[in-house]
Amino acid sequence: MKSLKFLIPLALFLVLVLFLARGLRLDPREVPSPLVGKPAPTFSLAVLDDPARRVSREDMLGKVWLLNVWASWCTACLIEHPHINAWARTRPPVTLVGLNYKDDSAAGRKWLAQYGNPYAMSLVDGDGRVGIDFGVYGVPESFLIDKKGVIRFKQIGVLTPEVLSQKITPLAKVLDAEG
Amino acid sequence: MRKADSALKGLRAACLGLACLCLSAAQGDEARPAAADPALEARVQAVTEELRCLVCQNQTIADSHAGLAEDLKREVREQLQRGASEEQIKRYMVDRYGDFVLYRPPVKATTWLLWAGPALLLLVALVGLAVVLRRRSRLDAAQFEADPEEAGEVTR
Repeated sequence: MKSLKFLIPLALFLVLVLFLARGLRLDPREVPSPLVGKPAPTFSLAVLDDPARRVSREDMLGKVWLLNVWASWCTACLIEHPHINAWARTRPPVTLVGLNYKDDSAAGRKWLAQYGNPYAMSLVDGDGRVGIDFGVYGVPESFLIDKKGVIRFKQIGVLTPEVLSQKITPLAKVLDAEG
Repeated sequence: MRKADSALKGLRAACLGLACLCLSAAQGDEARPAAADPALEARVQAVTEELRCLVCQNQTIADSHAGLAEDLKREVREQLQRGASEEQIKRYMVDRYGDFVLYRPPVKATTWLLWAGPALLLLVALVGLAVVLRRRSRLDAAQFEADPEEAGEVTR
């Protein structure tokens, strides 16, 4: 037993390595949202293309919908936008709703005209208050919301093709079947 | 000689101009809108110092000038004006952003190790030290090397 004592520092070192390796894989930017599993916050927002029309949380009940937070000033949105466009063409069982976050509406419309508009509609959150209610702290962020208006999944950061096809599509199909 | 003189004058003027420019820039930076209600601003400051800016995670909302931090400061100010307590505002933030938004995380099942960790490590170290010292005190004096001064005295 005593002869193995020299291995103690090595064991301690290995434990330290394990902790550091785990630490490398953690992304401090991914703050778990307390809103997943909870009802989406209430809102009533104007539609980007038709500012006279307002849409509220209640209007979306009965639909599985993906709220994608975007802005024309957001550079990471340019990365995910082609993925969303391609994904929307596969006709997932999801109503795609954009949240035009802290943006100039004219700039937002121009951005959609330039890069494509996969959304059924985009809602205008000019002062970012609805964003705060959704716990948005960086753009892009996306929320998958079920027919009862409960947030079931949140993506912080860019929607990759993998996340869209391997996480959101299967989950949306399940939620769509929930009725 | 006269040429050098005029060059020097030009340089001096340029320096003066630059200094003025810097001065005015510095003033421009400090000329933030004065708080309408210093007591309220002090409370806003106190609350936002307890909240983490999620965009720049090692800053408080009070310290940060990120867009979201400014929005949250506005939110805190408005809620205080409406008569909300600090506890209510903190709950409002935690409901949206989770415990991470608090600079001082609450003590609960998932965070007790975080709070007790340093004390536990200290305890482990103290126990280790006590064990080592006790073992040494039981050893025979002959098993230790003599202190250098003592050794010198012996040879002298």
